[in-house]
Amino acid sequence: MENFSKGVFTGTTHTCLGQEANAVGVLSLLHPGDIVASNHRSHGHFLAYGGDLRALFAELMGKSTGVCAGRGGSQHLQWKDFYSNGIQGGIVPIATGMALAEKFKKGGLVTVAFLGDGTLGEGVVYEALNMASLWSAPILFVLENNHIAQTTPVDRAVAGSIPARFTAFGIPCSELDTSDVLEILLVAERLIQEVRTLTAPRAFVLHTCRFSPHSKGDDTRSTQEIECLRKERDPISILASRLEHSRRLEVESEVDNQITQAFEKALSDPFPSLASYV
Amino acid sequence: MILVYFIPVHFPTNLPNSIMPTVLNSLNSALHQALATDKRVILLGEDLLDPYGGAFKVTQGLSTDFPNRVLTTPISEAGIVGVATGMALRGLRPVVEIMFGDFLTLIADQVINHAVKFHWMYNHQVTVPLVIRSPMGGRRGYGPTHSQTLEKYFLGVPGLRVLAPCSLVDPGNILLQAILEGDHPTLFIENKLLYPLTVADSAVWDEFQISASEAQPNKQGFSLSESEDLYESQKSFHAPTYTLSLRGAPSPSITLTTYGYMAELARQAALRLAYEFEIFVELVIPIQLSPFNLGVLFESVNRTRKLLTVEEGTHDLGWGAEVLARAAETSGVNLDVASRLAAVNLPIPASGSLEAEVLPSVDHVVDRCLEISKRSIRL
Repeated sequence: MENFSKGVFTGTTHTCLGQEANAVGVLSLLHPGDIVASNHRSHGHFLAYGGDLRALFAELMGKSTGVCAGRGGSQHLQWKDFYSNGIQGGIVPIATGMALAEKFKKGGLVTVAFLGDGTLGEGVVYEALNMASLWSAPILFVLENNHIAQTTPVDRAVAGSIPARFTAFGIPCSELDTSDVLEILLVAERLIQEVRTLTAPRAFVLHTCRFSPHSKGDDTRSTQEIECLRKERDPISILASRLEHSRRLEVESEVDNQITQAFEKALSDPFPSLASYV
Repeated sequence: MILVYFIPVHFPTNLPNSIMPTVLNSLNSALHQALATDKRVILLGEDLLDPYGGAFKVTQGLSTDFPNRVLTTPISEAGIVGVATGMALRGLRPVVEIMFGDFLTLIADQVINHAVKFHWMYNHQVTVPLVIRSPMGGRRGYGPTHSQTLEKYFLGVPGLRVLAPCSLVDPGNILLQAILEGDHPTLFIENKLLYPLTVADSAVWDEFQISASEAQPNKQGFSLSESEDLYESQKSFHAPTYTLSLRGAPSPSITLTTYGYMAELARQAALRLAYEFEIFVELVIPIQLSPFNLGVLFESVNRTRKLLTVEEGTHDLGWGAEVLARAAETSGVNLDVASRLAAVNLPIPASGSLEAEVLPSVDHVVDRCLEISKRSIRL
């Protein structure tokens, strides 16, 4: 975050700190060619999909080596079969269309679309759910309920039941309240298998926790509340506790090393020229 | 297959008109041909299935011949365009029908923030070969929400091509090329009153000398303002602009530019002005509204020094305003009199007599041209 105030990163971002298990638990099960439609909070999805760390840093810095050569920035990433956009809910019908196109091509590919609790306010989401069910699109809707939309708590924005929003359209929905990637992995494996073999939509509601502000500095929650979440619901700590201490240190050191190297490389990458922007 | 986009203006004058299709037939045949030619073409829209065949019958017969590639949809305009955009991203060539042009407001976010953004925003890593067709316009008494001409809100959107055919040339050819060869989103505006007109009717258009532009950006050598044609994807594909003057008539004294069904009304007005008032008008009719190229228009203006824009959309802050602004700011264009005719800035009334007052008519065009012809040259 300090890289934004230092001017190394420009614009804004939406971090997924606290929600990492969702992206990893679901996306590590994808086959080559499977599609991911992500949203404004896309970094975790991108990295879990296999996206390059240096290219992501470079994109945030507006460098020509960025995922989209600095055109998209944090929310607008496209690489291989990964697509993200910054308009709430807007990519949900597009993901449905991508799934239908692949069904049409009979390639057996699965599409995963990520939504948040805040996204449930957008009408086009329900248009997409209706069509996904009507036309039996091979798509898994993953709803990450982090209980807060920018600054608005979920109970001030979402009436009724979240899973019922999917089941009302005839889309079977599974639900988990965990930050343990292994728990998520087990359910996601079954759901993705069903989507692939039945060529039909499924939904997965993941109750999760957002540790950081919505974007850079817009958190109205108390420090105490966030500390509590960090203590109880950190997916990294939960997974790390399964490792021997020395192994954990090794992994952390390796990850830190990779991040530092990628960051340094991106820092020295060139900015794009204006002429390349047409 | 190779399609000829720049259709030569050569009417088969020896053929009886019954052989030429109507605009409706032409569009229907084009869709049929697109589906038959390319298996990636898929049609989506409300009430497209036979026996109904779409609200204006443009898709009649298609679901019978291509049952798996003609999808009737829920009433979800934004959702349909989103689904089609997703299909286009994954290599299909979807064509969406939005039943009334008035409903384009519902798809604005999907078009502006999604379909047209992806190619540029994702650094040219994807293409979105998507065509959105929509019947547009009034004069049928459908009232305030089913009669509007709303394409002005989609003009100037980077990455979006807006085409508005008329009956002067075969609209089906233009549609077919947009579907099979376009790699970027296209909005295809069909004025409802064009549907029954005969395509390139020799009995109708033969009184005019017609030339078609090659329409390459900046070909005519006028200096274009900086905002024009910056967008790489918009340069590849440009529908022509047609210039029409009455055969054997003296040099025209007014340039009238218009498009869509208004081109037909302008044609009628040009004949009345010639025969009743001996005022000769040169018509400049673009098929592609955005991104746009006014070189041919400026050549005509330099002959007449008087420019009238005519559109069925509302008057203020619209297409005509932009055309006149470009004419005024482009060096080398000698413009002495400028005028705009458009719909009154009001919702369109259901009442036929009121609607006729609100929308520009042949009488309105004639009156305005008479007024312009009297205006002295500004010094």
